[in-house]
Amino acid sequence: MALIQIRNLARRYVMGSDTVHALRGVSLDIEKGEYVAIMGPSGSGKSTLMNLLGCLDSPSDGSYNLNGKDVARMSDNDLAEIRNREIGFVFQSFNLLPRSDALHNVELPLIYSGMPRSDRRLRARDALVQVGLADRLHHRPNELSGGQRQRVAVARALVNRPSIVLADEPTGNLDSRTGQEILNLFEHLSSQGNTIIVVTHEEEVAQHSHRILRIRDGLIAADEPTGRGSSSGSLTPPCPPVLTPKGP
Amino acid sequence: MTLSDEIRESALIAWAALRANKLRSTLTTLGVVVGIVTVTLMGTAINGINTAFRQSISSMGADVLFVGRFPWMSFDDWRTYRNRPEITLSQARELERLLTSAIAVAPQVDGNGTVLYNRRRASGVWINGNTEQSLSIRGLSIATGRWFTASDIDSARPVCILGSYLAEGFFPHESPLGKRIRVNDSNYEVIGVIEPLGSFLGNWNQDNQVVIPITRFQADLQRRPDYTISVKAQSAADLPDLIEEVRSVMRRIRKVPPGAPDDFAINQQDVFIQFFLAFGGTIGLVGLFITGLSLLVGGIGIMNIMFVSVTERTKEIGIRKALGAKKRTILIQFLIEAASLTLGAGLLAIAITWPATLAIDHYTSFAARMSWWIVAIALLVSILTGIIAGFIPALRAARMNPVDALRAD
Repeated sequence: MALIQIRNLARRYVMGSDTVHALRGVSLDIEKGEYVAIMGPSGSGKSTLMNLLGCLDSPSDGSYNLNGKDVARMSDNDLAEIRNREIGFVFQSFNLLPRSDALHNVELPLIYSGMPRSDRRLRARDALVQVGLADRLHHRPNELSGGQRQRVAVARALVNRPSIVLADEPTGNLDSRTGQEILNLFEHLSSQGNTIIVVTHEEEVAQHSHRILRIRDGLIAADEPTGRGSSSGSLTPPCPPVLTPKGP
Repeated sequence: MTLSDEIRESALIAWAALRANKLRSTLTTLGVVVGIVTVTLMGTAINGINTAFRQSISSMGADVLFVGRFPWMSFDDWRTYRNRPEITLSQARELERLLTSAIAVAPQVDGNGTVLYNRRRASGVWINGNTEQSLSIRGLSIATGRWFTASDIDSARPVCILGSYLAEGFFPHESPLGKRIRVNDSNYEVIGVIEPLGSFLGNWNQDNQVVIPITRFQADLQRRPDYTISVKAQSAADLPDLIEEVRSVMRRIRKVPPGAPDDFAINQQDVFIQFFLAFGGTIGLVGLFITGLSLLVGGIGIMNIMFVSVTERTKEIGIRKALGAKKRTILIQFLIEAASLTLGAGLLAIAITWPATLAIDHYTSFAARMSWWIVAIALLVSILTGIIAGFIPALRAARMNPVDALRAD
């Protein structure tokens, strides 16, 4: 069974007397270890799809099987647990807690999963070391550059060893050079077996993935490989060795 | 995530949030500070009144009945008692002779008079007519000299015993024993001084008294005095039986026809206590109400600022939810933030009230006492205020939809 198995997924929003069909019945499989880009113009439903994939929202219709669990009908609290264990988010605007240092930001998912204090300190430190921020553990977000902030966010996304890393316009707030760094980092994570889903409207960003899903009017308009899947191994590693992936 | 982890994590978050908004946090707590100061002062005042009352009332003795013409506490018409015949000395002697279970019986009478010694004069002195048995019944102690003997009473000897206040006033540099003083228009020889008693309910100085043989009171002070008969029981537990015995004996002595109501009253210290408890309870309720109002106002301030805090941190809530925080976790986080605010207010309030209480105790005659349970109650009430006031804002935060919360700026 695929890591992600979606069947006829639909999401409607009721706005006053109107019903908006944001997603009209999407079916999709994503295997473990895939690097997928979801593309589409604004209003296409790609954000809705991302929210559903990330278990931030529940579908109006259809089924969603994540890592063997039917998450489409789960309660809010169960979804919180799924997000904690199965999904690592990377956001466009980083979404770090401004008053906490890098270490504490990375620790957060571990706090919510109930890991003992000493273990999670070690694990969070490791994650930061592996994204190249060993000397920035106690810096607050406003003391870090954009690229460093996004790397803290990546460390936070990976620290709980999730099934999927879900990135929403991860390079949107970065200049092209640091954006490239983050994309190289993703590529490296992918080469180590992490499942990565990137939501973007930039063709360049999407081309780094191995498979592109194009969304239009709430439906999948195209689903095609980029041809990079097999060649990823030949790329030079972008940064020091990153987190070891979750064992099979 | 375990509850203790959750609470510790939330406490850290709350502390950081409060520190980031120092001025706002301080201003918000002021309302609660006022509320808690009111609680503490009210509790301290009631505590002080209680202590003063108990000290005063204990001088009356818990195991003594007071048989008199009038009940001490009554809400009936005064006229129902006005025509009752006086209690006489011979009735008191008769009662003493007939009672079997009392350990002491003593008539007593009191009034006001003037005392003169060597050109010094004190008016408005409390003058007591007692017997040799009154010493134990009234629970007095002799500081110097002696109390009356039975023969002092029987032969109506002109001797007296002074309260400590009078003794010091008249005889600052000499022993009063053997001195002759004038009480109203008769001469008395001082034979003893009573140990200081303090004041009754804070203003009636019990040490401003002269005790004379009851057999002289009628001759020297009042022609038809209204006696009260004190009857001491073996112990406080025997009082109910003793009351019944005294009632039947007194009815016989005063020839009350069967079926007619008593023409006397049997009083006991308990009546005072009951009355005081009811009175104190009312004061307490009124105080609680006023206190409740000021706490309500403070609580509304907290609720308001917590709504602001939740709205400001919508994004943070979204992030935490995306990373796996459950509703309960967010709820606890904001409840702890609110409770920390009000606990701070409580501590500040105690820091204000404590020295205030000490000052009141030191500079006024009012015995203000701040006990540990008042501190405990103040802190408990302040935490509860925070939890109650913070609940609705915290619930709003806990119920936020993560997608919408993440979209907030």
